[in-house]
Amino acid sequence: MTKQEYTITVYTENQIGLLNRIAIIFSRRKINVESLNTSPSEVDSVHRFTIVMNETEDVVRKLCRQIEKQVEVLKAYYNTNDEIVWQELALYKVPTDIIAEEVKVERLLREHGAKAVVIRKDYTVFEVAGHREETDNLMQVLEPYGLIEFVRSARVAIIKDSDGFHKKLKEFEYKEPGEEVLENEYLDKNQEVFSM
Amino acid sequence: MELVAEIKAGPETKVTTSISGSVAVLDALLNESVTTVFGYPGGAIMPIYDALYDYNDRLQHILVRHEQGAIHAAQGFARASGRTGVVFATSGPGATNLVTGLADAMIDSTPVVCITGQVFAHLLGTDAFQETDVINITTPVTKWNYQVTDATEIPAVLAKAFYIAGSGRPGPVLIDITKNAQLQKFEYEGYKKCDHIRSYRPKPIVRKEYVEEAAKLINEAKKPFVIFGQGVILGKAENEFKAFIEKAGLPAAWTIMGMSAIPTDHPLGVGMLGMHGNYGPNLLTNECDVLIAVGMRFDDRVTGRLDKYAKQAKIVHLDIDPSEIDKNVKAAVPVWGDCKETLPMLTALISPKNHPEWMQQFADCTAKEKSTCIDLEMNPVDEVLSMGEVIKALNELTEGKAIVVTDVGQHQMVACRYAKMNQSKSNITSGGLGTMGYALPAAIGASYGDPGRTTVAIIGDGGFQMTIQELGTIMQFKPKVKILILNNQFLGMVRQWQELFHEKRYSFVDITSPDFVQVAKGYYIDGQRVDDRSKLKAALKTMLDHDGSYLLEVMVGKENNVFPMVPQGRGVSEIVLSKAEI
Repeated sequence: MTKQEYTITVYTENQIGLLNRIAIIFSRRKINVESLNTSPSEVDSVHRFTIVMNETEDVVRKLCRQIEKQVEVLKAYYNTNDEIVWQELALYKVPTDIIAEEVKVERLLREHGAKAVVIRKDYTVFEVAGHREETDNLMQVLEPYGLIEFVRSARVAIIKDSDGFHKKLKEFEYKEPGEEVLENEYLDKNQEVFSM
Repeated sequence: MELVAEIKAGPETKVTTSISGSVAVLDALLNESVTTVFGYPGGAIMPIYDALYDYNDRLQHILVRHEQGAIHAAQGFARASGRTGVVFATSGPGATNLVTGLADAMIDSTPVVCITGQVFAHLLGTDAFQETDVINITTPVTKWNYQVTDATEIPAVLAKAFYIAGSGRPGPVLIDITKNAQLQKFEYEGYKKCDHIRSYRPKPIVRKEYVEEAAKLINEAKKPFVIFGQGVILGKAENEFKAFIEKAGLPAAWTIMGMSAIPTDHPLGVGMLGMHGNYGPNLLTNECDVLIAVGMRFDDRVTGRLDKYAKQAKIVHLDIDPSEIDKNVKAAVPVWGDCKETLPMLTALISPKNHPEWMQQFADCTAKEKSTCIDLEMNPVDEVLSMGEVIKALNELTEGKAIVVTDVGQHQMVACRYAKMNQSKSNITSGGLGTMGYALPAAIGASYGDPGRTTVAIIGDGGFQMTIQELGTIMQFKPKVKILILNNQFLGMVRQWQELFHEKRYSFVDITSPDFVQVAKGYYIDGQRVDDRSKLKAALKTMLDHDGSYLLEVMVGKENNVFPMVPQGRGVSEIVLSKAEI
């Protein structure tokens, strides 16, 4: 099996220490986390982790099972890049005089869809949201022009075929969950959403 | 002290009482039917111990000599009784001393709830005296852990702790309670047991179609083979399991953790799996056509080399823990669920059958193993005693009724190979973690967990010295523990590997021991040492008949090896019966 980029989406309770519980599942197996984001989800009180890694499907499936095993984890999904819509946000701090003086830089920023966030006499901060290659490209382009600072956020991702978590959460709240969470069970026949 | 300090009627006429967090902890234990706590006091858990002073009549507290002893005792208690073991320890070193036991309970799925004291909440993160980040230290070795900083959380958190520890695949839970929360008074509405957490599903939903597929495979099998682990015992499904194998005449072998789920002399029981398991179960794993794994996790000590493991067989895997399915060995049919539910479903669908020829293959293997290894171990030709003959003599006296607690090493393998066990929960050992020093405290715990049975702790001379201080616990609380030391004057298992795989370069395995009988005497525990075959049985009888704990040290062959053996890195069918074959 070949390695490729996978995005794991984890729905959890909002509990101190859970980040550590999830992180050590990766570190114990010496797996590098490419990016990790925690945020609220579509459901009030439910948290959402988005974790990106480069691994084989077999490993990713096992990781998902270990994650779901944690008491405060509701559900873990894994998806390939084709199955998600995803973005990362990058910020670039560039000397203002260079932009003013070099017409080429202005054109480059336009081409990359960069938006000015802050403009000061000494520097300007631009933002670009996009895939890794896009934000990387602009960084490389700006480097010769005295890029002062660069930072990129973790990935956030939406699962194309997901119906959200509201309905599922209701099922979890019942003591005896119904059909809705059956896809949680082994060998999902519904291939639309990759799931355990 | 009475719970009712001051009774108030709340706005919804809820009756509340004002109690401290410490009293809430003890009240939770009583509500969870806890009878025995193993612990050790210290600064940060003093309020709980202060409250305990008034609970002496309802809660038995066993003061151990080291916190590791407390958690191993709680494990032994849990394994012998089928109930959750409880531990008290203080912050800092008290809590860190629990780590080995937590890891052991985690890997062997033992239900334990540890309550640790913690410094005042306002001191967290200040490197206060005896402060340690016990939550983060124990995260990888607990099923769940939680830090309480406010007393009002205590009833619900403890209810959750007991529910999580004991349900589904059991495991250790640690609750860290800051000193201020132990002291804090709050309005207590009574204790409510927990039976549901929305993010936690102890039992997966059973899928009927997989049970049907499994039954079909079993019905069509010519050479079906059942391998089972502790899941049968933890699921309290011993009877369901027996009905299952008996209906279709399925030969069944146990993992070390599954041992005693069926009597060791059950006609369909073909022995133990694993590195030092029996010959037949290992060899024929690679000959069966359907391998039915029940409540076991395909540990590497059971499978040997994975790419040479049961490649010819279709594998049916019954387990309560979804993450175990396909973790090490790919299952053709995964039967998720509690085996207490899935086994009867499966039994209903399988046809009554016998497999006489297939059973004969196991019998042939047993005969071969007997003539090449077992006979010599049971009846050694030289004067020096063997571990096996000690177990044989013990069997004759206990008739398989005793709880056998073993430590880790050669004596553990020999005891588990040869001990006779008639009833479930008779085998208590550190299987997954291999914790030397486990047996003595675990045996203390087991004797409280099932006081009606004789508890025999079989320990090597190395492991005994790792938790020897727990003799003090025996001295003070007088549980009846029969300590049987099999002394080969070596760290025997490591020595065996050095002999077999490291050109006999004995590197730091010649461990010196004190006079164990004299040490026991210092703790007012009777005992004797035996190195003569003619006195062995009488000495064992004295030990078992003695009213109270007793230490019997048996001197055994220094350089005896445990065989058969699946050498590391080889397949199960490459099991060897003697040194010459390696």
